[in-house]
Amino acid sequence: MRHLLSISDLSKVEAISILDTAHELARVSDGAVKKLPTLRGRTIVNLFAEDSTRTRISFEAAAKRLSADVINFSAKGSSVSKGESLKDTAMTLQAMGADAVVIRHSASGAAQRLADSQWMSGSVVNAGDGTHEHPSQALLDAFTIRKHLGLGKSDLEGLTVAIVGDVLHSRVARSNVLLLSKLGARVTLVAPPTLLPVGVESWPVSVSYDLDSVIPHVDVVMMLRVQQERMSDLYFPNAREYSRYFGLNGDRMSQMKTGSIVMHPGPMNRGLEISAEVADSARSVITEQVTNGVSVRMAILYLLLTGSALEAGSN
Amino acid sequence: MSVALSAPDIKRALTRISHEILERNQGSSSIVLLGIPTRGAHLAQRIASIISEIEGVDIPCGTLDITLFRDDLRLRAPRAIMPTTIPSSGIEDKDVILIDDVLFSGRTIRSALDALGEIGRPRTVQLATLVDRGHRELPIKADFVGKNLPTSKSQTVRVLLGEIDGRDEVTIEGESH
Repeated sequence: MRHLLSISDLSKVEAISILDTAHELARVSDGAVKKLPTLRGRTIVNLFAEDSTRTRISFEAAAKRLSADVINFSAKGSSVSKGESLKDTAMTLQAMGADAVVIRHSASGAAQRLADSQWMSGSVVNAGDGTHEHPSQALLDAFTIRKHLGLGKSDLEGLTVAIVGDVLHSRVARSNVLLLSKLGARVTLVAPPTLLPVGVESWPVSVSYDLDSVIPHVDVVMMLRVQQERMSDLYFPNAREYSRYFGLNGDRMSQMKTGSIVMHPGPMNRGLEISAEVADSARSVITEQVTNGVSVRMAILYLLLTGSALEAGSN
Repeated sequence: MSVALSAPDIKRALTRISHEILERNQGSSSIVLLGIPTRGAHLAQRIASIISEIEGVDIPCGTLDITLFRDDLRLRAPRAIMPTTIPSSGIEDKDVILIDDVLFSGRTIRSALDALGEIGRPRTVQLATLVDRGHRELPIKADFVGKNLPTSKSQTVRVLLGEIDGRDEVTIEGESH
């Protein structure tokens, strides 16, 4: 593995090896050792051309626990806001000797472009590109599901997951659909027709417009953020109506199976897609997703950056 | 291929090492056994049960994975990380016996010392190995050795253990020069 750009690049075996590595790294983080020398002397650049709190902090924490040097580079307050191109930014990072670049960009395919170009030689990790993919989020979601409901198995065979809300604009949904179905889970998308992408019938999922009929039958309810900043058109009449039909509130939660969990990739619009009662309930694993995110990202960085001299030699 | 140690040889070696560990540490009161995965972990279990039998008490026994502390991570393909389990009594002020199957360059043991340093400060650290095949690259030496096997660098020493491989045997493969 040289880059992590898309879940579709991963085989099932590779995905499971990332989750297993994360599992061992989580045990290390739980124990007395908070810092490992594994990536000492390596430089990881967080290139965030779009706003992010938890993903950037999570990658930063992961890199620091593995003793890598971290350089944070955000669009605001850098020459990107003066109009510097991705190419020039990448060449600058190459000149500074970045071993890996974690990139978040509003353009779908930005990470792929960076990896395919000869602009820099380091590994590229996609931390969210436009409405395309967010593979590390899907991996941490799969890790969280496996931890709660996996019954000690390595994959998610036989589990059912509902992904609810703004699928159209959600890279989290796209990556999760690919990964969860790859791992054997059955995924149902629940959304108003206006918030489902064109071509959804070719995805390995079933689709429903009725949340109440789906909720009692699934092991995991994954709520998506309504991405108002990407909405140029009117996708639903108003927030109250959306919340009434597609929001998760206490009444709906009471219909869920025993042992089932509620997830949300964050940041939440409390009161819109998820009520505060649900977000803070015992079923909610939302803060645990954040904790697991660090372990999963440590695993990703470990697997990408060890053996890199070997690959550079063979290329 | 030649067989260097048979199953009874391995059993006798482990029994002797167990007695030596007890002798060196004047009993079992302060010792903690830590096996290096995968085969070292099984050897640690075996030595722990032999010592328990002799002394009549349970011996704290765990595993110490050193993958994240290796000095050749850039040069080799990524390795799977194995579990590290430290006995609840901890290693602080204990006599820690590291246990591995083959002692070769000594780099694994150097990594193990780094890993231990992150966990605590043992009173002493000692090293037991089933096979010492020579060719050290670092100033590291075993305290307890099952068998010294003179080998050439091109040869491969294979340790088979019942828990993983179905039978106990140590073999040397390849030509000696």
